[in-house]
Amino acid sequence: MGKLANLKASLQGSKLAQGILLIAFTLVTAGAVYLMDRSVTAFLLLLASLLLLYYTSFTNGIKWIIALVLLIIVIPFATSGGSSYESYMEVATQCGIYVAMALGLNIVVGFAGLLDMGFVAFFAVGAYTYGIFATGQANNFISGDLFPLSGGTFWIFILLGGFMAGIFGILLGLPVLRVKGDYLAIVTLGFGEIIRIIFNNLEKPVNITNGAMGLSSIQPPDLFGYDFTFPHQFYFIVIGILLIVIFAVRRLEHSRLGRSWKAVRENEIAAQSMGIPLIRTKLIAFAIGASFSGMMGVVFAAKQTFIDPTSFTLIESTTILVMVVLGGMGSVPGVILGASLVTILNLQVLTEVTNWLNQLSMQGIINVPTALSPSKMQRFIFGMILILVAIFRPNGLIAAKNRKIPKEVVTGDESSNSKTTTSALRKVRSE
Amino acid sequence: MFATILQTLPQVLIDGLALGAIYAVVALGYTMVYGILELINFAHGEIFMTGAFVGTAVLFLFQGMGLTGGLPPWISYVLILFVAMMVTGALGVGIERVAYRPLRKAPKLISLISAFGVSFVLQDLVRFIAELKTGNYIVSVPQLFEGRFSLSFSSMSAALGNATVKTNTVFIFIVAIVLMVGLDIFVNRTKWGGAMRAVAQDRETASLMSINVNKVILLTFFIGSALGGSTGVLFAQQYGTIDPYIGFILGLKAFTAAVLGGIGNIRGAMFGGVVIGVLEMFASANLGLMTGGNFGAEYKDVFAFAILIVVLIFKPEGLFGKAVKEKV
Amino acid sequence: MKWKWNGLVAATLIMGLLAGCGNGGTSTTTGASGSGGSSSGKVIKIATQSPLSGGSSIQGEAIRLGAQMSLEDHKEEFTKLGYSLELVPYDDQGDPKKGVANAEQIGADQAVLGVIGHLNSGVSIPSSVVYEKYNIPMISPASTATEFTDRKLKVANRVVARDDFQGPAAANYAVKTVGAKKIFVIQDKTAYGQGLAEAFRDEAQKLGATIVGYEGITVGEKDFNGVLNIAATQNPDFIFFGGLYAEGGLIIKQARDKGITAPIMGGDALDSSGLVEVAGPDVKGALYSSVAGEIAKMEGGPEWGARYQKAFGKAPEGYSAYAYDSMTIMLDAIKKTVESNKGEMPTREAVRDAVRATKDFKGIATEVTFDDKGDNSFAKVYIYEFKGDTYPGELVSEVSQ
Repeated sequence: MGKLANLKASLQGSKLAQGILLIAFTLVTAGAVYLMDRSVTAFLLLLASLLLLYYTSFTNGIKWIIALVLLIIVIPFATSGGSSYESYMEVATQCGIYVAMALGLNIVVGFAGLLDMGFVAFFAVGAYTYGIFATGQANNFISGDLFPLSGGTFWIFILLGGFMAGIFGILLGLPVLRVKGDYLAIVTLGFGEIIRIIFNNLEKPVNITNGAMGLSSIQPPDLFGYDFTFPHQFYFIVIGILLIVIFAVRRLEHSRLGRSWKAVRENEIAAQSMGIPLIRTKLIAFAIGASFSGMMGVVFAAKQTFIDPTSFTLIESTTILVMVVLGGMGSVPGVILGASLVTILNLQVLTEVTNWLNQLSMQGIINVPTALSPSKMQRFIFGMILILVAIFRPNGLIAAKNRKIPKEVVTGDESSNSKTTTSALRKVRSE
Repeated sequence: MFATILQTLPQVLIDGLALGAIYAVVALGYTMVYGILELINFAHGEIFMTGAFVGTAVLFLFQGMGLTGGLPPWISYVLILFVAMMVTGALGVGIERVAYRPLRKAPKLISLISAFGVSFVLQDLVRFIAELKTGNYIVSVPQLFEGRFSLSFSSMSAALGNATVKTNTVFIFIVAIVLMVGLDIFVNRTKWGGAMRAVAQDRETASLMSINVNKVILLTFFIGSALGGSTGVLFAQQYGTIDPYIGFILGLKAFTAAVLGGIGNIRGAMFGGVVIGVLEMFASANLGLMTGGNFGAEYKDVFAFAILIVVLIFKPEGLFGKAVKEKV
Repeated sequence: MKWKWNGLVAATLIMGLLAGCGNGGTSTTTGASGSGGSSSGKVIKIATQSPLSGGSSIQGEAIRLGAQMSLEDHKEEFTKLGYSLELVPYDDQGDPKKGVANAEQIGADQAVLGVIGHLNSGVSIPSSVVYEKYNIPMISPASTATEFTDRKLKVANRVVARDDFQGPAAANYAVKTVGAKKIFVIQDKTAYGQGLAEAFRDEAQKLGATIVGYEGITVGEKDFNGVLNIAATQNPDFIFFGGLYAEGGLIIKQARDKGITAPIMGGDALDSSGLVEVAGPDVKGALYSSVAGEIAKMEGGPEWGARYQKAFGKAPEGYSAYAYDSMTIMLDAIKKTVESNKGEMPTREAVRDAVRATKDFKGIATEVTFDDKGDNSFAKVYIYEFKGDTYPGELVSEVSQ
């Protein structure tokens, strides 16, 4: 015990020790991923190095640089060793997609305190924006046989998808502003379902979404004649968008707008009386949150090459909500962690454990009824996470922290001259 | 077009009323809990579903013991209803104790999230048990009443068509009316009902008046859940097939009914349920007809949700509710 | 600050622990096959993908079991060649996203040489794109949507008939044999139901029948009285339903409750014991077109059915035999490539081309010759009628291409 305490103390004290631990950990896990044929645990541990990085006491800039090195060089390289390269990359890509969506929902639920239960609708809007124009589908209502658009337009569509989703966010937000609290949850849930049902039925009178048949053969993105089809290629697209999203969220959180969101969340009436324009603040939250989701929708459509309304059901909305709640509402690192954990749990751990149990029961070692198969227990696990987090850790895994501002800055200590106050303020802002 | 709509109207009304009666009784559960705790008990739809499964399990048990042959069907029906009500009532109390009570002081958002959690856990637990026992989670329910009869509306007016009614539908009406009248009397005439109303109005003052608030809340959950569970049995008998996912959308629609009638208002919930049921049936039968086949029955859920949204936005207090001023 | 480092150290330790035992856990998947391999050489894995949970799990399970049976039948042959066979069943939950994610995992596992699946066309279509990337041949025992093979992928094959053959065949029977003139069409707004219902509707119109209504329902609902009320006023002499058995059964039952006596017909998704369970005695008189033939009347069919019953404790479903044949085709192709490769592990490309080259294969349920798109030129459509309330119905007509 004493040794452990010693170790802890030395870790806390020295950045060097932290750095060595981090590098050693990363090297070991990366090596394990590279050398072992297929080990989900090693892959998870490699991802955990990012979490480790978060807890080190380096400055933000250094953390960012290390994170970039890890994401762009170490992880792709380490996974490329074995035959499971694409499978790992697929998981990482989906992780990235969900992280961006969860960050979007975090703005609405975490920052502004508006419980949105139909969030997947915006994802659908983004996916369909690209899907309709990158297949022959648009020929049905725009004459001239211009479609499908080539994969080169994908890059414009990322923005366009985000924009369309943002518009939908505002459209949804407008009527919804009149309702609050639990009613809001129900109304957004209803909206989510309405959008899905409409997408599912909009093949008549004019065939826009091709209804339940879905849109297939969506053009893969291409950049100067280079086609993107494999997960490891999409991985880099997703990482790129994700970095922009994280950067934007970090900036927004501490901006004037971000503080207004939090004020609205804490007490709407008080916020309003402090001069915060309620309607505009809420609408912007909806629009920005939705646009992140829409951008990833475009990527999703291009990656799947097939979309249909079954990908945008209520359970998806709930999954994203679980990510936000588990990670910690309003906490950006928390939401990133929550989204990664849930996605990996869903895609890798449950499937892997199910396969393993299948293997065992086929060899006759144990007999697990198919009803118990872990991959079917998704709802149960999510439900348990929701209840347990709500009761025991309402702030999530990594609780949101409000930035502390030194007392003298707030009170404007009279003895100090105004110069130091402004410089202190500037310092706080630049942090 | 109108001739066709009129022709089907009797049948649409009967089917809509049967559906509406189910919505109404489920809506009661939402409205009671909301009235007292100001919490949307999202798990209520799942309690309804559990009731359907418990009732069916008991029915299978009866059949296994060879009881159904000896007893008149309505006695076994009532027995099954009773067992299902007890089980789901206890389930409701348990949920309150585990998932809601620790959060009574927490922000609304947190208890709502917990409610969603309970709803998912229940869905999967029931699926698991059903799948383990029968190999498939879609369960076919043996029918107690097989009969049906025809009501001759055409003898009243040639414009109206005839309607076929299942014997079970009649039973639904009877049970729903008995439950609703019983509840109304309980809430308005008895001591416990008075306590309930007092707690709904002001929890703290009620506790000063030596009302055991926790007990009243538990009682509310018990009654609300028992009502939900009994409807589950009615539903299983009416449609003959149940699965663990029937509760969610039905719960949402029942909630719409509760909102429409003014949430917290028991008579309003009954009214809202019937209205939503009839409107939904009417929409699914006539939407295609009215829009020239462009927007068919597949849009009926859009219709139900649209009602919900419109009511919440323009008249959030519902048709019979009182507007609540927000306290600062 | 302090608790944070506390937590971190604890987390690192737990992670380390997990790495220790977790690796033990996950590597069992490979370890088990590895140890199996050491006794009889190299491992060849075949994956199945079908919904093992969800509304179509009866049929999904049937696909898995049918494939498993064939695999076990061929185990010995392959042991002689020095390979051990292994089945990797995946659950796609009838969800395209899950199917694609599973497909990526299948693609990553180099030992997998082929896939049997999927059930739902909506899952087969996006997943086949992934298989194409990795050159893993797939044979679907159930997907009927035209789009599935129309994209001319090298890996996508199916032993069953296409929607644009099954739908018209059903329409032909309805109009010519039953003599339907006023037909009411209901579909469940899924890729499968809609595709089939549209094909049926168009052909029926061509044959001179009037379509008096075309309505959609929602999967998972239990109350179809609304749609049936419209049907009742139109007074059709035939009702066609494109959709799955859970809804199909309820529609049959509720229609009879309403006093609608017109015959009700559905597609191959009604070819399931589940339909009888849901509809009960009302199922009598209902029709379904199926791409699966009567096992009992096939050569060697009854014995095969008995073996299936004995192995898995339940009677075979329509798709069981198709999955069995699909697996046999797959294994035949692999065997051929192994032999031409002098006993070495064949490449996926070689297996893919060998599967596509399958000619005049005689299986338990059907003959198979794949054309250049991967469609089976021998695929037939069978029309069944429920004469009583037992599954399967009785064969009343047989249509070949």
